[in-house]
Amino acid sequence: MAGIQSYGAYIPRYRINHTTIFFAVGFLGTFPPPGENAVANHDEDTLSMAVAAGVDCLNGMRREKVDGLYLATTSQPYMLRQNSAIIATALDLQPNIRTADFIGSTKSGTTALLSAFDAVNGGTSSNVLVCASDCRLNKLGSSQEHLYGDGAAAILVGNDDLIATYEGYYSVSYDFPDRWKAAGEEFEHAWEDRFIRDAGYTKMIPEAISGLLKKYNLNIKDFAKIVFPGIYSREHVAIAKRLGAEPTQVQDTMLTTVGDTGSASPLMMLVAALEDAKPGDKIMVVSFGNGSDALFFQVTEKIKKQGDRRGVKKHLASKKELASYEKYLAFRNLAPMDFGMRGEISIRTPMSTLFRERKAILSLYGSKCKKCGTPQYPPQRVCVNPDCGAVDQMEDYRFSDKRGVVFTYTGDNLAASIDPPSIYGLVDFENGGRFWFDFTDCDLDSVKVGMPVEMSFRRRYLDEPTGVHGYSWKATPVRA
Amino acid sequence: MEEGIKDKVAIIGMGCTKFGELWDKGAEDLMVDAFQECIEDAGIEKKDIKAAWFGVHFEEQSVGKGATSLALALKLPFIPVTRVENFCTTGTEALRGACYAVASGAYDIALALGVEKLKDTGYGGLPGGPGLMGTRNALIMPKLTAPGGFAMMATRYFAVYGLSPEDGKKMLAKVSAKSHYNGARNPKAHLRREVTEEQILNAPIIAWPLGLFDCCGVSDGSAAAIVTRADMAKKFRPDPVYIKALQVALSSGEELMYNKWDGAHVETGYRAGILAYKEAGIKNPRKEVSMAEVHDCFSITEAVTMEDLQFSPRGKVKEDIEAGRFNIDGEQPIQPDGGLKCFGHPIGASGLRMVYEMYKQLQGKAQLPERQLKNPKMGLTHNMGGFPAMNVVSVAIVGL
Repeated sequence: MAGIQSYGAYIPRYRINHTTIFFAVGFLGTFPPPGENAVANHDEDTLSMAVAAGVDCLNGMRREKVDGLYLATTSQPYMLRQNSAIIATALDLQPNIRTADFIGSTKSGTTALLSAFDAVNGGTSSNVLVCASDCRLNKLGSSQEHLYGDGAAAILVGNDDLIATYEGYYSVSYDFPDRWKAAGEEFEHAWEDRFIRDAGYTKMIPEAISGLLKKYNLNIKDFAKIVFPGIYSREHVAIAKRLGAEPTQVQDTMLTTVGDTGSASPLMMLVAALEDAKPGDKIMVVSFGNGSDALFFQVTEKIKKQGDRRGVKKHLASKKELASYEKYLAFRNLAPMDFGMRGEISIRTPMSTLFRERKAILSLYGSKCKKCGTPQYPPQRVCVNPDCGAVDQMEDYRFSDKRGVVFTYTGDNLAASIDPPSIYGLVDFENGGRFWFDFTDCDLDSVKVGMPVEMSFRRRYLDEPTGVHGYSWKATPVRA
Repeated sequence: MEEGIKDKVAIIGMGCTKFGELWDKGAEDLMVDAFQECIEDAGIEKKDIKAAWFGVHFEEQSVGKGATSLALALKLPFIPVTRVENFCTTGTEALRGACYAVASGAYDIALALGVEKLKDTGYGGLPGGPGLMGTRNALIMPKLTAPGGFAMMATRYFAVYGLSPEDGKKMLAKVSAKSHYNGARNPKAHLRREVTEEQILNAPIIAWPLGLFDCCGVSDGSAAAIVTRADMAKKFRPDPVYIKALQVALSSGEELMYNKWDGAHVETGYRAGILAYKEAGIKNPRKEVSMAEVHDCFSITEAVTMEDLQFSPRGKVKEDIEAGRFNIDGEQPIQPDGGLKCFGHPIGASGLRMVYEMYKQLQGKAQLPERQLKNPKMGLTHNMGGFPAMNVVSVAIVGL
């Protein structure tokens, strides 16, 4: 029987307060609800956050056993070039796996999860990693700007060593035209809020929940936690009340701490619920978007043995406020920035090089000399140890999960950067290996020689003339 | 047994344009200007030159690929012209090619010319990103700039020798102030203004901890040398300058990828120095090298180079800087012409520009009396290209 083996989540370091947005654009003249949204750094996007959640989820798990990777999102960077395959490469999964992108609806997170359970229950897969991630672009002054936040969750689905068993589902699908975005469009359109609320949100979520309860002959009181998105706070409370659920049964929506993370939202809330779950708990997870999926789980004894995860809790606690709206616009590439002539040179990504060296670039593999044991990055054929120099005696060596320390660094005001100064330096890895890396999610004043760092998969650049989103690994201070 | 290049080749003529932001001069103008001064100084005719070596680094910014631009600019009569490129050692590499050609006996007279036209890019600093790793650059390298690359060595030097950023920056300010003093007195220099240590310390940060005055000028310019076999040199002039050593050392990857390098020195600089001293027969560089033009692309580079070339003990350059050892009136003047800092840095020309200064000083012909050093015997030039963790260094030694 399929279920959840592991969970992970990711919330970017930056937060923007609703009032910061309000005072910059004055949305409709009404004061926004209090709270803040998580904001992806300028080098983060849907894929980088999905990888970060995946890294969290796979911590201590055997990556080589994963035979499927599903991405759920509504903000995938590529329309052509499978986004899930980029994530699978970054996470160093085997090539003989099934990858798929679940896109086009905020329901896609639960749909991907359902598909993973089906694949495992049907015997076609044994371990499927589902990453749900959204980093949505909003028009300046739109209501979405207050509502949407950035984040990701990852759930590892399997059929043994389960922390929660998958017990069943009920789905409804409607061509509910609340939000839409045509091919090639940058921003979404939305119909009137009252329509979305009254004809969709308050109808479809109860329909899915009631359908599930009826299908499995359950009572709402049977559930320790009910997870459903809270895009309308008042109605979120009202739905629970109408279904007969106590407020303690309802999982916090994170609407005032992270924002609505779209496809990722129900999975991030599930992760938060699992962080507090006890063996025997029943958890219901419900999504909203062109209908609704309702799933439920039963937590097992193994929940106590889930290894250390940053999950939702630790990521929520580790944050820095983005004090300026202009910085947020710059991070999102929503205002034209002057990078000078120096910054306007097209990168012309050599795709054949990227593919040939994908392990070094996307999976951060170096090589380790079998003769002298020296790890080195990028992979070398001739050992860099001057006392060794062995030729073709290398084995693959993964650096992405190794920690290191800052050997040296600078904050460069000449290099074109969305968030100057551009901070970079040399990293010395634990157990050996040294290379140049960009540093991110840090401030120049906080960087010191000898400071511990870890590696984080990031979008290095967006080369607009060629439409290439370039990814690789950067160093960040170890995030608590 | 290998014999080295010592005393096999002599320089019999040199030329060097004014360096600067020469908006009204193209690379062709610069090549012609440097060559005309050079050939008049040598007192020979163009037809006497049998082969040429041509150095330019950012060819895409100026002259294009190959060596035809030199042949065409000077109207060289169908002789072999070879283009060389090796980052900032490019000019010295051109000289090395020409010297080896005459030392081998293949030719009697050869030309080395370096040029760089940098001010047609539309922005400050050097063009483009780091050109170290080919197609891998865009994929795995940070957007390293030159100041950022060397700032990392300053950070490291301060950490290794326990200097606070304030004390470290004060040490570096003295390096730049000295070069500005020298550059202000040199008519051909790009930046001819004295600056105080206070001005240097208060300048905007370019790449922490380096500020504006820690960085050298980005300039247009050209320099050239005509060389011949040592035994023929006196036929052309009474005061030829002899090549004592020409060495180059390149990173093996050890600094960047192995964990032993301390980041507070340039390994290639140290190695090239050792090779050059051996070739020139120098036992005590601190005493025997009368003067030097070193690659002060940034103040920290000059400071570290004093230690790499064994002018100062490791970690002790601060004492020598503070004692004024490297000032124009000091015991071992460094950058008497203003250095890259103030004379300027047109990449392909810089190595030959340095030799030009040594040549003129050795001959007692430093244009103005206040610039002339007293009886120098041995001059050293040093170029470093790339970044401290991955680079090439050349060391040339010339003497009477």
